[in-house]
Amino acid sequence: MAAQVFAYIEHKDGVADDTALELISAAQKIYPDGSVTAIVTGSGADLDTVCNQLAASCAEVWKFDSEALAYPNAEVIRKLLAAALPPDAIVLVPHDTFGMDLSPGLSIKLDSVFVSDVVDFEGFEGDNLKMIRQEYSGQVSTHVMGNIASGAVINIRPGTCQPDESQSAAGQVIDKSSEIGELTANRRFLEVVAAEVGDVDITKEDILVSIGRGIEDQDNIEIAEELAKVVGGVVSCSRPIVDAKWLEKPRQVGTSGQTVKPKVYMALGISGSFQHLGGLKGNPFIVAVNKNPKAPIFQVADVGVVEDLLDFVPVLTEKIQEGK
Amino acid sequence: MEILVCVKRVPDTAENEIEVNSDGSDIERDDLVFSVNEWDNYAVEEAIQIVDNVGGAVTVVSLGDEESEEVVRREMAMGANNGILLTDDAFEGSDGKGIAAVLKAVVQKGNYDLILTGALADDGAGQIGGMLAAMLDVPYASVVNSIEVLNDSQLKVGREIEGGNQEMNEIALPCVLSIQTGINEPRYVGIRGIRKVASVDIPVWGASDLGIDPANVGESGARVKRIDYFVADLGEGAEILEGSNEEVAEKLIDLLKAKGGIK
Repeated sequence: MAAQVFAYIEHKDGVADDTALELISAAQKIYPDGSVTAIVTGSGADLDTVCNQLAASCAEVWKFDSEALAYPNAEVIRKLLAAALPPDAIVLVPHDTFGMDLSPGLSIKLDSVFVSDVVDFEGFEGDNLKMIRQEYSGQVSTHVMGNIASGAVINIRPGTCQPDESQSAAGQVIDKSSEIGELTANRRFLEVVAAEVGDVDITKEDILVSIGRGIEDQDNIEIAEELAKVVGGVVSCSRPIVDAKWLEKPRQVGTSGQTVKPKVYMALGISGSFQHLGGLKGNPFIVAVNKNPKAPIFQVADVGVVEDLLDFVPVLTEKIQEGK
Repeated sequence: MEILVCVKRVPDTAENEIEVNSDGSDIERDDLVFSVNEWDNYAVEEAIQIVDNVGGAVTVVSLGDEESEEVVRREMAMGANNGILLTDDAFEGSDGKGIAAVLKAVVQKGNYDLILTGALADDGAGQIGGMLAAMLDVPYASVVNSIEVLNDSQLKVGREIEGGNQEMNEIALPCVLSIQTGINEPRYVGIRGIRKVASVDIPVWGASDLGIDPANVGESGARVKRIDYFVADLGEGAEILEGSNEEVAEKLIDLLKAKGGIK
């Protein structure tokens, strides 16, 4: 008999996150004929709005309403879920900074298997669910078997399971608030400190000349700045450049940085991790320059140049100048 | 403060093209350059800085084959006080839970106030810290990008959340934190530093030293198993421009002009 599948719904300001419908679609990949129960935790009117929204897409919505759940503190929510869920539940969670916080420990508390950052499902072999993940920053993929006989917690990479908009359900919202036990935790949420604002707003630019690890040295950033100048764009970057303190955080493209929507994106020496690509929206024309032909960026780019950016980009800049 | 930092020896993806071997059973491991996992290196630096400020000692532990000793030694050259190597055939093929179970036994053999891991490693799972915390029944925070010691029993930690925002939390000790890159600037390790620790004895522990039943770890205990490696076919991919750098530049300029990439 199929285990019950639950989807943990992230939401903000009364709106379910994009990952909500993706998890519901993932649940259908696991059991094509099964149903899914959405779990929505929070407090007040916003919570009700989200629950009603979700009831249009799944058979059942479990609502947990408490002041203590107003901000999603994974330490508190883990405690709640460990008590509320059946032990053989299959629990789907978005693989983002909340899912990374919640899920590994939840699998221990439920004595279930945990599989992280899953990008696709390939059905069952007995009790084993076959899944696809990536390793080495997306350079290779793997098939993983998880024995779900005593339950599973599965984190799903955002953007990989396309929501099925045609599905509709007249779902039922079940108020589970009375089952909430003690919600204290030894980690207390204080506040969210908003991202700093930089000297340029890369989210408003049409042309981004973006650099990654392949720039190799802070002094080489000049090469990208010169290209940006001749094409009329600005310099942005991937995470390692900010980690090295070579550029300011507001210049970083990615899920942990800015979400940009340029017309043209030049990725210079950027491997193209999913966290980086997650910050790239609006289907830009992507040019990738990377000396590693296996770099994942070439799978999503429109045009690729397999070459060391330090050799190629000065030539490009010079040719553009000549043509002006 | 007594701090344990868990580190892993991994292929350096900045230095290597990772390729799948002919039968898909593994990646090609010949000629790979290995180093300490980047996230773990930030964690060790953070631990050293905390101990510099409030006193205590940093212990670095690595689970892997004998060659993992080199990363333990490297982190000791950075300034970690103690090193432990966890090597045993029984640990091979462990899933995340198996590894966390071994580390739990290590923690229980010591007296640590704080346990750090990297937020991610080569397999991209980011699971060990959270599992270890739950097994130890201590609080956990992931993707930590700032740590402030408030007093003997509490830290203030920042977590890097989406959109470049930072979530601030108060967390009670003992606890487990997974460390994000960029939290600090890891110090350079020179030849002299390596030489200084070259002859330091690093204890090697196996399952029996830790009181672990081999049936519960390694391949026999794993409920999550990687069955193969492959290269995914993700659509058509980029049109690769060929020719000399000058020729490629000219082709690219035409495309950029057509797409509004040159103002």
